[in-house]
Amino acid sequence: MSSDPAQGAALREIVIEVLRYRSETDAHPVTQAYRVPFTDDMSVLQGLQYIKDHLDGTLSFRWSCRMAICGSCGMMIGTEPKLACMTFLRDYYPGPLAIEALAHFPIERDLVVSVSGFIKKIESIYPYLIPKTPRRLDQGEYSQTPLQLARFETFSDCINCMLCYAACPQFGENPDFIGPGAMVLLQRYNGDSRDGAQARRMELVHADNGAWSCTAVGYCSEVCPKQVDPANAVNQNKTKSAVDFFLHLGQARRGGGAP
Amino acid sequence: MIGPRPYLRPAATSWWMHSPYLAYTLRELTGVAVAGYAIVLLAGLISLASGKSVYDAWLDFLRSPWSLALHLLFLIGMIAHVWTWFQIMPKTMPRLAFRGRIVPQNRIAVAGLAVATAAFVIIVLAAEWVQP
Repeated sequence: MSSDPAQGAALREIVIEVLRYRSETDAHPVTQAYRVPFTDDMSVLQGLQYIKDHLDGTLSFRWSCRMAICGSCGMMIGTEPKLACMTFLRDYYPGPLAIEALAHFPIERDLVVSVSGFIKKIESIYPYLIPKTPRRLDQGEYSQTPLQLARFETFSDCINCMLCYAACPQFGENPDFIGPGAMVLLQRYNGDSRDGAQARRMELVHADNGAWSCTAVGYCSEVCPKQVDPANAVNQNKTKSAVDFFLHLGQARRGGGAP
Repeated sequence: MIGPRPYLRPAATSWWMHSPYLAYTLRELTGVAVAGYAIVLLAGLISLASGKSVYDAWLDFLRSPWSLALHLLFLIGMIAHVWTWFQIMPKTMPRLAFRGRIVPQNRIAVAGLAVATAAFVIIVLAAEWVQP
């Protein structure tokens, strides 16, 4: 943001080209252009709000917090997946700026995508602590050292904005791939020293649509607005999956343990 | 209702040819340079086992301008492969702790590159040392 208030208040105009889709009137998505006046401090989300308030009330998009914590306003801005609330119109001047619903996801309407597939994946990874050794209330809390916390803490920063999925070409090719976001949450629990359900979650890692569907493109970590590093969550599970495989092989040779 | 709901956009099949994925595609292609150089070495080993005339022919091939150009390409590919390999290595590891703290990813990459560079220098010096 400019420190000069006079410059900050200066009004410029940018053309925003939105990929629109209304199933009741459109057979396929169409581009619609809007001329939006903006100041240096206006986000892309505010640009969309200007369109909805002053130019075209039929435009649909999701938003809530306006400060990069709710994860609702993810969309393709230019060609990159970004949160509309933490992206500024000034960076795309003179435009035109192309905006589209998050890549790889089915479009419900305009910039609103269907999230049900992602929610199912999140539900599938047992997204809660399953204590290794359950404690009664009178035994007190489950304690953890700062290092044990550091091993998974950043993975709990995920806001489910799905930008990483829009960045992932493997998810684009195979919508059943569990994907970066769900794998982050899986690692958040599997990396937690208090949790005891690693074996159950590793079944999902080993599966066809698990960690091995990833080819380590790494773009998911670049677009993550919370520096969660999903590529690390997915790829360290490949290492763990391979170790599991050889351990089981060894056990089978000795005639004991899992097949 | 006119259009399907929800609407599935057609998947791009040529994503790997364009930014930001092109860097990834080139990174994966450097593996071909590594495999190519391994094949040249393997051919040398087989020709060594097949007798002096075959081995001399292999040595003649190595001295040809075509081979020098190919090896320059292999060298560039190999350096790019090593560089990107250590960039990705920390992503493939569980978080490493040292003295009670998580080691930053770039430090792991720098350490790996330092070891690779040291190994390269030692091998080049050793090759100079044993030359007849």
